[in-house]
Amino acid sequence: MTVTAATKSETTAPRVPLVEMRNIRVSFGGVHAVDNVTVDLFPGEVVGLVGGNGAGKSTLIRALSGAHPPNEGEIFVNGEKVSITNPRDAKIYGIETIYQTLALADNVDAAANLFLGREITTRTGALDDAAMESATRKVMHRLNPKFRNFKVPVQSLSGGQRQSVAIARAVHFNAKILIMDEPTAALGPAETAQVRELVSQLKEEGIGIFLISHDIHDVFDLADRISVMLQGKLVGTVDKTKVTKDEVLAMIIIGKLPQDVSAGEIAELVH
Amino acid sequence: MTAATPIEQPSVTEAPRQRSARSLFARFEVDTRLLGMLAALLILWFAFNILSNGLFLSPRNLWNLSVQSAAVAIMTTGMVLIIVSRNIDLSIGSILVFVVMIMGLLQAEWIPSLLGSGFDPSYLWLVVVVIGVAVGALIGGIQGFLIAYLRIPAFIVTLGGLLIWRGAAFQLASGRTIAPLDSTFQLLGGGPQGSLGETLSWVVAAIGIVAIVYGLIASRRRRQRYGFPLRPMWADVILGIVGSAVVAGAVWVANAYPWPPALAKEYAVAHGIPIPPGGVIIPTGIAFPVLIALGIAVVMTVLATRRRFGRHVYAIGGNPEAAELGGINTRFTILKTFVAMGMLAAIAAAVISARLNAATIAVGTGIELQVIAAAVIGGTSFAGGIGTIAGGVLGAVVMQSLSSGMVLIGVDTASQDIVVGLVLVTAVGVDTFVRRRAT
Repeated sequence: MTVTAATKSETTAPRVPLVEMRNIRVSFGGVHAVDNVTVDLFPGEVVGLVGGNGAGKSTLIRALSGAHPPNEGEIFVNGEKVSITNPRDAKIYGIETIYQTLALADNVDAAANLFLGREITTRTGALDDAAMESATRKVMHRLNPKFRNFKVPVQSLSGGQRQSVAIARAVHFNAKILIMDEPTAALGPAETAQVRELVSQLKEEGIGIFLISHDIHDVFDLADRISVMLQGKLVGTVDKTKVTKDEVLAMIIIGKLPQDVSAGEIAELVH
Repeated sequence: MTAATPIEQPSVTEAPRQRSARSLFARFEVDTRLLGMLAALLILWFAFNILSNGLFLSPRNLWNLSVQSAAVAIMTTGMVLIIVSRNIDLSIGSILVFVVMIMGLLQAEWIPSLLGSGFDPSYLWLVVVVIGVAVGALIGGIQGFLIAYLRIPAFIVTLGGLLIWRGAAFQLASGRTIAPLDSTFQLLGGGPQGSLGETLSWVVAAIGIVAIVYGLIASRRRRQRYGFPLRPMWADVILGIVGSAVVAGAVWVANAYPWPPALAKEYAVAHGIPIPPGGVIIPTGIAFPVLIALGIAVVMTVLATRRRFGRHVYAIGGNPEAAELGGINTRFTILKTFVAMGMLAAIAAAVISARLNAATIAVGTGIELQVIAAAVIGGTSFAGGIGTIAGGVLGAVVMQSLSSGMVLIGVDTASQDIVVGLVLVTAVGVDTFVRRRAT
């Protein structure tokens, strides 16, 4: 898995990307939070989305997850143009999201959160809580074997446990496209390692992942390609194997591509 | 009632070891807040009983209490869901009076004049109730649409509704009182004839007990099938026995209240029953409005805890944004809560006007505040996401117990209001304090 999907697509016949977001623009009032951004994602690939605070990373992926539809631009899934106007649409196309805020209903338990909006029901239409708890136990066992609090509202769980629930929700429904917005922000070292393990596992299953992180080391370890945003615009997308961390840092901070940046500017950043 | 709450207690094997008395209690896995309220209600009852020299806990007073609680209890089941989803409905008293007038005019004027004497009056009441409930649903639907889809705050929409529907009710009959109502329709309001009688009341008790036992066994089987930790057998047995005893006891009390002697004698003469020396004693049994309220409480509990609709309502209350991102159609769910509320207000309208045997513009004034107070005393949180139907019904009984108890011991109206107000604030205060300590 050292050759990334992106380089393959350059050398062999062009493959169809899992997702392509073309010329996306999202405005709040007169401000373009995302301005004419184009990114794509191939099966089994992790694309890191990085940038400083307010660069527009979260807004860009909220356009894909249906949380905040874009004002302009097109979204293609498997080469077909799709219209995503709400989170239900996104889920139909196999797009699952782990939000930075986790988006959990604090007053209900892990199973209720995992199946939020997709509850298992019996033939009579009643909630099948036992079936949901059973499925939750299985998926949580895989993600966080120490998790035991299946019957309590998630507000009484620790940050790491809550994050596990949010991740479980995204991976349980056979996602094809996974959006992870700061997935390890609330996690300790052991849990972070588990998430990394999970990301490589999901990659091998052919799932495409957009990984948003402010931690450039995280992104370098996990991503195949890195898309850098600055002030709502895309600075560029680079192949991880062809750049250094310092060069990506230069893209994040001064918005210059590796070929345009001088050694002096990098030295100043590192200093 | 052993209604499950969406927020379940930690199960034994998984909960951290607590103090022994508490952990013993936790093994029942029942809603401790509901139990606390039940205990508070019992204390209230015994206090009133002592102060009224044994009048309060007489079958007669308890039977009346049950009938008087019915209308508020019916509406509280809907208000709980409204408040759980972080909304409010101030218009229910006005929807109620509007539907009262519609139902009164339908049976006394509109239907007879439309169909003449050829219409069979034996099911007139049903037609009237169905149309009334449809009107309630429509009004709730309109208000729910404005709230959910046009994002006008519920407080404003229903405050407008409070003014509009009472005004419209006045205009419907130019403020006239319409009486009397259809004789079958009247039975919905209770009274000796509007009750189940001894045998049928025991049948209802039997159904209730079978449902409790079946529910316990079914839940045990389900957990067994998936190999989940089980509640200890003795806890299940005790729950079943206590639940059954409460049901049987309530029906026994209802049956211990006899028909008024004069009415019983009249009935005996009319049906050729020989009159024994001590006079005829006909047990009244469960009143129809109480049966309606119980049925609605069961249906609403199922909706709230066993159906996707209820799960979504609680999720919206817990975190509206998460519910939307989770793919719940939050707007339609909110709309449905208001439709349900309108229908429940219409059913309460039937019960209240049947009991009055009149359709009058004065009914239901201020009842929205009683209903909101009942929901809140019953543990529904204005912060959203927390509250149970059973708690709301219990809250309605607490409210009614307070007012009829104070009437019994001769407290004047002004002081009654003061006491109810104090109880409301204290109840919520204690609950907030306990919950803050628990988390």
